[in-house]
Amino acid sequence: MIKVEVDMTKCQHYGQCVFEAPDIFRLNADDKLEYTAEADDSERANIEAAVDVCPMQAIRIVE
Amino acid sequence: MNHPVVIVGASMGGLRTAESLRRFGYLGPITVIGEETHKPYNRPPLSKEVLANEVTHEAVAFEERDATADVNWVLGTRAVSADFEHNIVTDSDGQVHPYAALVISTGLRSRRLNVPNGELTGRHALRTLEDAIALRAELVQGKNVVIVGGGFIGCEVAATAVKLGCNVTVVHNAAHPMLRPLGSELAEQMQLRHEAMGVTFKLKRTVTDLLGVSHVEGVKLDDETVLHCDVLIEAIGSHANVEWLSGNEIDRNDGILVDSAMRVMQRSGHAVSNVFAIGDVARFANPIFDQEARRVEHWNIPTETAKRAASVIAAYLNKSDAYPAILDEPFKPVPSFWSDQYDNHLLAFGLLGLADKATLVAGDISGDCVFEYSRGDQLVGVCGIGMRSVVQSYRAKFI
Repeated sequence: MIKVEVDMTKCQHYGQCVFEAPDIFRLNADDKLEYTAEADDSERANIEAAVDVCPMQAIRIVE
Repeated sequence: MNHPVVIVGASMGGLRTAESLRRFGYLGPITVIGEETHKPYNRPPLSKEVLANEVTHEAVAFEERDATADVNWVLGTRAVSADFEHNIVTDSDGQVHPYAALVISTGLRSRRLNVPNGELTGRHALRTLEDAIALRAELVQGKNVVIVGGGFIGCEVAATAVKLGCNVTVVHNAAHPMLRPLGSELAEQMQLRHEAMGVTFKLKRTVTDLLGVSHVEGVKLDDETVLHCDVLIEAIGSHANVEWLSGNEIDRNDGILVDSAMRVMQRSGHAVSNVFAIGDVARFANPIFDQEARRVEHWNIPTETAKRAASVIAAYLNKSDAYPAILDEPFKPVPSFWSDQYDNHLLAFGLLGLADKATLVAGDISGDCVFEYSRGDQLVGVCGIGMRSVVQSYRAKFI
C-alpha cells in the first residue's frame, strides 16, 4: 500500500494531480480537491507523476 | 570510470530528468550544470503569490529526494559549448565535462525591448528568482507600473501589482490580452475583468522608445502616446537558449528539434543517440494534434519530456533489451496549464493556440465558464474560468 498526503494549507485545487492519477485525486462539485489517502501499489507511477506536477508541491508519498 | 549523464540546465526539467533516471534504473553518475546559483525551484509562483509576499529561494525550492542525493551540482556556471562528436560539454569556468549522455534543458530567457534609449535602469523582466526579488522591491503602493506584453505572465503580474496598490497600465500588441491562446471571446472577458480591477490597457500598441536619463521614467508608444511610469516590466515573450550549441549540425531554429524519444535531430535527419533536449527548449511533434514539431511552454511539459528522455537514456546506457521497444513508444503528453488572476482561476488542457474556433460549452461568460477549442472538427483544447471539475472531465477526450 502507498500512503498519500496532501498539505491542504498549500493546495490551491489546480487539479493537475487529477489528470495524472484520476483514481486517487478528484475535484468535487465545489472544485475542491478530494483524495484517497491509501492506494494500491499499482498506482505508484501515477501518484509519483501527480507529486511531480503539483504546482504547489503539496503532495507527498509517505513511505 | 563511466562518464556521467550531464544535464545542462538546473531547472525543474533538469531535476525531473535526474530523478527519473534513478526511477528508470540508471545508477551511474549524474552531473547537473546550472547558470543560476540556486538549486531548481518552482517558477509559477514568481508572478503570483511569491511576488505578493516575501521572496526567498526556500519558499519555492523543490524538495530534494533521496534518489538524487548523489547528483553532482555544478551551479553558477554556464555551459558554453557542446561537442556531440567528442561527447564533451565545456562550461564558463573552462571546465570540460565528458558525458555518456547529454540532456539539454537550458530553457528560455526573457525577450527584452529593443529600443533606442534602452540603457536605463529600472527595467524588469520576470523569469528568475532574482527577477522576482528585484521586482518585488519596486511594487509599492501608489507606484505607476507599465507592463509591456499582455500574455499570461504580463496579466498575472498586472493582477498582483493591482493587489499591491500599484497603478497598472498594460501595453499589448493585439486587440485583447491573451488573445492568441484564449480566442477573442474569453480574452475580451478577461480584459473586462482586469479593467474592473483598475488596469488600463493600451491595445494594438507597441513601445517605440523609453523616456528617462539614467532611470526609466516612461515609455513612448507607436501612436506617440507617452506613459509615465516608475516601474517598467517587459513581458514580451522569450528566446530559447540554444546559441551555446553552435558548431553542431542540428536544427536549432526556434528551440531544438527532437524526435519522439527527445533525441536531438541532426540536419542529416538522423537522431543523435546520446543527446537529448527537454522542456521549453525542445521542439517535438505531438501526435495528439498533428505531425508538426513545436515548442510547448506549458506547465507539465518539462516534467513529461524529462521522463520520456530519462526512460530512453536509462535503457540506452543500461544496454537494456527493451531499448528498441522503448524508443518506439509513442510520446503524446497532454499539455496543461493554469493561471490565477484575481479570483479568476483558469485551467486549460491542450494547445488552445491551434484552434480556429472557441465555443462556450458550460457556464456563463460573465461568471464561471468553460470553452472548447477546435481546429476544424478536431478538439485541440479546453479552458475554463473556475468549473475545474468540468474542465477535468475532458481528460478522456485527449488520452
